Amino acid sequence: MSLEGAEPAMPEEHYLNSERGLWSWLTTHDHKRIGVMFLATLLCTFLLGGVYALALRVELLTPGETVMGRLAYNRAFTLHGVIMVWLFLIPSIPTSFGNFLVPLMIGARDVAFPRLNLASFYIFILGAVMTVWAILQGGVDTGWTFYTPFSTATGTDVMPVLLGVFVVGFSTILTGLNFITTVHTMRAPGVGWMKLPLFVWAIYGTSIIQVLATPVLGMVLVLVALERVAGVGLFDPARGGDPLLYQHLFWFYSHPAVYIMILPGMGVISETVSVFSRKNPFSYRVLVWSTAGIAFVGFLTWGHHMFVSGQSALGAGTFSILSMLVAIFTALKIFTWLSTMYRGSIWFSAPFTYVLGFIFLLFFGGMSGVAVAVTSADIHWHDTYFVVAHFHFIMVGASLMAFLGGLHYWFPKMFGRRYPEALGVGTAVLIIFGFIATFLPQFLLGNMGMPRRYADYPERFQSLHVASTAGASLLGFGFLIVAIYLGWSLRHGRVAGRNPWGSRGYEWLSESPPPESNFHEPPSFSHRPHDYAEPENPTEVGHAA
Amino acid sequence: MNDFLRRILFLPEQGSTLASRVDGIHYFIIITTFIVGAGIGLTGFVFLVRYRRRQAHALTPQIEAPAWLEAIYISVPLSFFLLWGALGYQDYVWSRTPPEGALDVYVTGKQWMWKFAHPDGPGEVNVLHVPAGRPVRLLITSRDVIHSFYVPEFRLKMDALPGRYTETWFEAVRPGRYQVLCAEYCGLDHSHMRAEVVALAPAEFEAWRAQRKGAEVASGAGVSEPLVEQGRAVATRAGCFQCHTVDGTPHIGPTWRGLYLREEPLASGGTIRADVAYLTESMMDPQAKLVAGFQPVMPSFQGRLSAAEVASLVEFIQSLRPERPVPPAAQEPVYEPRGR
Repeated sequence: MSLEGAEPAMPEEHYLNSERGLWSWLTTHDHKRIGVMFLATLLCTFLLGGVYALALRVELLTPGETVMGRLAYNRAFTLHGVIMVWLFLIPSIPTSFGNFLVPLMIGARDVAFPRLNLASFYIFILGAVMTVWAILQGGVDTGWTFYTPFSTATGTDVMPVLLGVFVVGFSTILTGLNFITTVHTMRAPGVGWMKLPLFVWAIYGTSIIQVLATPVLGMVLVLVALERVAGVGLFDPARGGDPLLYQHLFWFYSHPAVYIMILPGMGVISETVSVFSRKNPFSYRVLVWSTAGIAFVGFLTWGHHMFVSGQSALGAGTFSILSMLVAIFTALKIFTWLSTMYRGSIWFSAPFTYVLGFIFLLFFGGMSGVAVAVTSADIHWHDTYFVVAHFHFIMVGASLMAFLGGLHYWFPKMFGRRYPEALGVGTAVLIIFGFIATFLPQFLLGNMGMPRRYADYPERFQSLHVASTAGASLLGFGFLIVAIYLGWSLRHGRVAGRNPWGSRGYEWLSESPPPESNFHEPPSFSHRPHDYAEPENPTEVGHAA
Repeated sequence: MNDFLRRILFLPEQGSTLASRVDGIHYFIIITTFIVGAGIGLTGFVFLVRYRRRQAHALTPQIEAPAWLEAIYISVPLSFFLLWGALGYQDYVWSRTPPEGALDVYVTGKQWMWKFAHPDGPGEVNVLHVPAGRPVRLLITSRDVIHSFYVPEFRLKMDALPGRYTETWFEAVRPGRYQVLCAEYCGLDHSHMRAEVVALAPAEFEAWRAQRKGAEVASGAGVSEPLVEQGRAVATRAGCFQCHTVDGTPHIGPTWRGLYLREEPLASGGTIRADVAYLTESMMDPQAKLVAGFQPVMPSFQGRLSAAEVASLVEFIQSLRPERPVPPAAQEPVYEPRGR
């Protein structure tokens, strides 16, 4: 730790070195360490899901069998979906950044239930290990949606995976409960509801969805298990069941789950747009209320997954209109972020590059979402690659941009060091380009009529598949670079100092990395967390672009 | 313009009357999206250049959104979304309402093939012959798991559910061959569950039908009796007459006489029109919509009747016209017509 001139120094003692040894990590109650452990776990699951994504893209390079047979392909896309949805996208931002930042952002020493927090980490690990082990052992070929009656009839080993996902659900619920209680009871004096950082609002909204929706998932997974083991006849028409009942229950959870994936990302973007434009959000109020709106209306749209399932026309029309309302809240957010840049002082940093990528992907992903919510248009697009491209833009692209943007933005906070900024911007551009190159062709494939989950396809679809696979390799290459330079920066990056971005966010009031107790002495939360009209107190620690 | 847009958007040919409607709304949405997207992108670009950071510690003015601007942010996209929703819904309802006089075809999805049955006899596997320029109604079900009947050129898709019948229709605008794909993941050979719709000119279709019937009679495989008689035979064989009468008297189940298109009161409240879809559903899932006043005792015939048998049964029920009204005040013996 050499210090030259005004180079900031690493704090002597912080949460990373306050206690040493593996055991001190495994038994910690510190929300920051739990956040970091979640982050490390999620990077592993993301890697596994990503490797399988590339394998799928290679298989689809040519029609017919390229590198794997049909059964292997069906198992691979199931594994890819299950891991990415339940073991990466849903927990990604809340468990890692949420755990690390929410207490810091509300001036608390820890979350409300630190032991429960550690427990939800271990429950997550347990569920994740069960799921991954099960799908690597036998493999499941149902797709991540486990649609009945296929999932109750298939010969592959569905039970362990259902159980694994069921267990992961408990972790989600416990984390959500913990955040809700924390935000309600642990706010420092001076942090009123309307002074909460926007990221905290996003996590709060997400937690409410998690607590309300996840039990429905747990229930439906148990029902499928019962159907498989005991043949109770809930979903099997031969036993008097109804296959559509499953879809209603499943989407009642899984559509709100999409907002579990994207709302935290919107929170990250609300923070970073403001910081890197050095401007107050154009409308704090709109960003808060649209979060609440998405969390609420998100529960009323599940039927738009079932327009061609024989659902009544009136039902379809109703779900169509309700889905439009969710899109309005998203549109409001996009306009508000854009307007936040107006008369700001914009620093084109790596996190800000991800912000731009996020807005782009959210806009086109969102508009394609409106398009598939239009009942007649959805007849053609339902279950085609158009839908694949749409939900990858939103669920994966946008939340990944937010995840990476957040990772770069809070990296100095978490580890006290900085990454090479120019490399960060360059890689961000590469990743955004790779992402678009992967999924833009899939929109067109969907238009052509290429259905989802096809191990093999008619030859007319090939050129677009080749384009998509090429994009995916670029994307994989981009992630590799990020992993390398962030790993390198952990040890060798420049020391960041307390607040390298000149942010007004409360989390930057403590040292970077923060001490175990978060704040040496309670800071004053007199200013608003996104107020850039007055100089920072006590001294401005900004950074020149 | 239509053809240009269709090509740059990689949409397949418009093979049905539905296709041009679906594409129309698609063009509308995508053009609006790109105009707005360009506007947002341009604004963002201008902001990036105009307000780039020039000094490290710049302070910025506190700007809050005026209420009128928030109102615009909400109302402009909302009106577009609702307009699209309404236009699309109109077409959706249209696509769910088969016109009178449509040709009926029974479709059964099965791992991993499509079976088709025409009510007047010929059954087909993985090829469906239809006349061009005439509406064709599809009554779709599945033998095992959920499948989805998808013809990209027709912009037509409808799930095939076990234990249920779904209904949709199309009208091929010109003769040709159109690929049928399965759009709902259904297991190992999902991607090879393909079939073909062969749309023939009406005269050719009639010729095909006559030839097919002839071939079946010659081979002894098919049936020479009229469909109604086949239906009567199926009903006898399956034991339908143990509960259903054909002369109008109620028995364990509702009488079949005059049942077709009658409004039936349901045990669960409300009424249902006993159309083809309802009759078929009641064979497969009798308790789903039970007619008021009857016990739920009918067994399901799911998997026990072939699509062709179901078709002939429905045809038979259709043939049982209601009795003519009895002249009210007549005292003398009145001739009551039996049969048709």
